[in-house]
Amino acid sequence: MELDRIENLLEKYFRGETSIAEENELQDYFSSPNVAQHLEQYKPAFGYFALAKGQKFEQKIPLKSKKRNRTWLSIAASIVVLLGIGTYGYFNYENENQNLNLGTYDDPEVAFRETQKALSMLSSQVNVGIESVQYIQEYDNSKDLIFK
Amino acid sequence: MLFMNQNEFVKLITPFKDKVFRLAKRLLVSTEEAEDATQEVLVKLWSRNSSLDDYNNVEAFAMTMTKNFCLDQLKSKRAGNLQIVHTNFDNKEPSSDKILEDNDSLGWVEKIIDQLPEQQRLIIQLRDIEQYEFGEIAKIMDMNETAIRVALSRARKTVREFMIKTHSYGIG
Repeated sequence: MELDRIENLLEKYFRGETSIAEENELQDYFSSPNVAQHLEQYKPAFGYFALAKGQKFEQKIPLKSKKRNRTWLSIAASIVVLLGIGTYGYFNYENENQNLNLGTYDDPEVAFRETQKALSMLSSQVNVGIESVQYIQEYDNSKDLIFK
Repeated sequence: MLFMNQNEFVKLITPFKDKVFRLAKRLLVSTEEAEDATQEVLVKLWSRNSSLDDYNNVEAFAMTMTKNFCLDQLKSKRAGNLQIVHTNFDNKEPSSDKILEDNDSLGWVEKIIDQLPEQQRLIIQLRDIEQYEFGEIAKIMDMNETAIRVALSRARKTVREFMIKTHSYGIG
């Protein structure tokens, strides 16, 4: 009867052929107080399985991966900033170097004369501009005559 | 896909986080190492977040990750670059460990199982303790069901042999 069935189930169990339902049946049998004496030896195994299932994970889960991402982000950002400053400085330096080589005159005296020529040309043009300002002065004068 | 917030994620893993821990402990034996491994696996799972929807069975996926992670740990330990672990200096004992110590014969069963080859240990954990169906075990172990039944049968018979021995010696 029942014992027969348990013995059969046990055989199936050791062949790896029992279903979950059948294994639960064995579990129930071996946790009951009336286990047949010749089957006593299997009790600890089933007792252990039931007990082991009760072990719990009590630790916290450190779900702070977002923070870690942010530190990487700031590292990346500072690399970008440093690169920016670096390239800016580099190009500035290049430009200054180029400025030194600017100009087409080798002799400073010739360069001086040419600069003077250019400046006097500029001032004569400015004088033309100033002459027209004289007319405006005229307007001012007549305006003053009328509105005393 | 949608991004889960922390609460949603915790809700998702609550049904199986203990199973992850127990599987890790079955392989690593030390409670502390198993806790570290569990945290590692769950954080890895969290970092996958929005891609988790693609895995229709997150639990099986988590168990597979745990198995692989712990086997890697054991491998690198064996390779020699081991952190000599606090295993034996473990002071905080979870309640069930205490019960195991108090109960000699149950402690024996644990020792016997923990001496099985890794693959058999995993399978007996997944079947006899977690009660997964063979289809699920096949997925987690990446083996076919027949091979799993064979390994399980072997593991159970080894445990039986030891139990019979200890029983006849009168320890159990």
